[in-house]
Amino acid sequence: MTPPDVEGLLRELAPQALGAVARRYGEFADAEDAVQEALVTAALEWPAGLPDSPLSWLIAVASRRLVEEYRRTDARRRREELAASLSIHQEETMPSSDDSLVLLFLCCDDKLSSTLSIPLTLRAVAGLTTREIAAAYLVPEATMAQRISRAKTKLRGRRFELPANPAARLRSVCEVLYLLFNEGYTSSSGPDLSRLDLSGEAIRLARMLHGHVPADPEVAGLLALMLLTEARRPARTSADGALVPLAQQDRSIWVRALISEGLQLLNATLAVGRIGEYQLLASIAALHDESASHASTRWTDIAKAYTRLESLTGNPMVRLNRAVAVAMVEGPASGLALLEGLDLHDSHRLHAVRAHLHEDTGDLVAAAQCYAAAAARTDNARERDYLVEQAARVSAR
Amino acid sequence: MLLQAYGGVELEGCVPMTEWAPKDVRAHIDFQHALNAELLDSGELVDAQGLAGPDVAKFVVSDGVNPPKIIDGPYPESKELLAGYRLIDVDSLDRALAIAARSSAAPGPGGVPIQQQIEVRQVMGAPDPEV
Repeated sequence: MTPPDVEGLLRELAPQALGAVARRYGEFADAEDAVQEALVTAALEWPAGLPDSPLSWLIAVASRRLVEEYRRTDARRRREELAASLSIHQEETMPSSDDSLVLLFLCCDDKLSSTLSIPLTLRAVAGLTTREIAAAYLVPEATMAQRISRAKTKLRGRRFELPANPAARLRSVCEVLYLLFNEGYTSSSGPDLSRLDLSGEAIRLARMLHGHVPADPEVAGLLALMLLTEARRPARTSADGALVPLAQQDRSIWVRALISEGLQLLNATLAVGRIGEYQLLASIAALHDESASHASTRWTDIAKAYTRLESLTGNPMVRLNRAVAVAMVEGPASGLALLEGLDLHDSHRLHAVRAHLHEDTGDLVAAAQCYAAAAARTDNARERDYLVEQAARVSAR
Repeated sequence: MLLQAYGGVELEGCVPMTEWAPKDVRAHIDFQHALNAELLDSGELVDAQGLAGPDVAKFVVSDGVNPPKIIDGPYPESKELLAGYRLIDVDSLDRALAIAARSSAAPGPGGVPIQQQIEVRQVMGAPDPEV
């Protein structure tokens, strides 16, 4: 007999159990604590044999913990609250398919900064343990536990229900998921210890969100963007872990299945209308993914998409990307001209793009200076290695 | 804890890394990665981090009452600044010194060891329960 995949099962059941318990008792933060304890117990006991109904087991154990906890702590007020909530919520004890959506809205609350909302989302919705999340962020487990508890303190007293304005709140959920994705996609600090696949988690959550609100074009756009970006991951780093820029990537190892899934989703979404930020970013990613080479990329279309994105978001970082695309169409001098007077607070990316464009115009001295300036300012170890190598390469020419 | 500052390079006439020959840069980076991999493999590496450069460093001084004084980089004495560290857990001081020596002899221009000074510091532990 093969041992049951307890880890996978727990991760699938965690948000369902949390949803059921939180709905029953009405309070998110306390329910989360109780479900975590139940998960820890399950992780120890289940490998020896699964209970008949794992989900009911989790709900029962967590509920018992919660009731014990309420009995222990400041007795009277809590008991009254509990009695009240029991009488209101008693009938809603079975898990509901909307629970994970409610959880996402709770965890991605505007009141929480992303350093708090991301770990909380990973634990409450993705069902990861504090230890796994801590390892992913290279911080001690105790630190991560504190961070999650701080996040929950801020949400204390929050009822377990969908927000009054779900459409408006979807924006912050998308933002958190996109940050999580990027964290996984660019992670590189320290020696590459076995880090959890954060991008994979972000995709899983975005899929779930899209399943709940299939008609929301921006959620679909976000999922498409993640798939179309993730498709390039195998080519993004070389065997020794060094960063490989898009222009030099081996396009034959891009993941075709992810590309076609992303394209299909994006095309269906764009056909409906109401374009937004994530759809535009996904369109740009799609234009890259569809190109046989860097040179044959439809740069005019990419430049147009960046122009729309810039007027939509007003984000100066977009100008930077637009300059790269314009340089591919009209030459490096036009790209450099677009960067004149751009205020990006001395960002390393501005220096890196200037370096590329100077190199293309043949101004190697300026290029070397800009590469070195970018290397001095980046906070990403892999990127710094890359930039230092570029500076050295250009100086040697 | 093996600390590495920006200064302390004893190889004479060693220019900044951005001006080395490209293959020397690659060799240096590969050396650092290989050393980390080796220490990870032997179970001695706890953590290794490079720090972002002095240009983005900030210095904060506060008396706890008035608004803090914040000085932006680059810092004039950037040679004193920490460039990175390796936190290792080893059986003996000798082993720590041996690893520090390896790290100090990282290859520089032309493959010549840069002879970087490595500061070896012990992380303080909890008091001995018997004492």
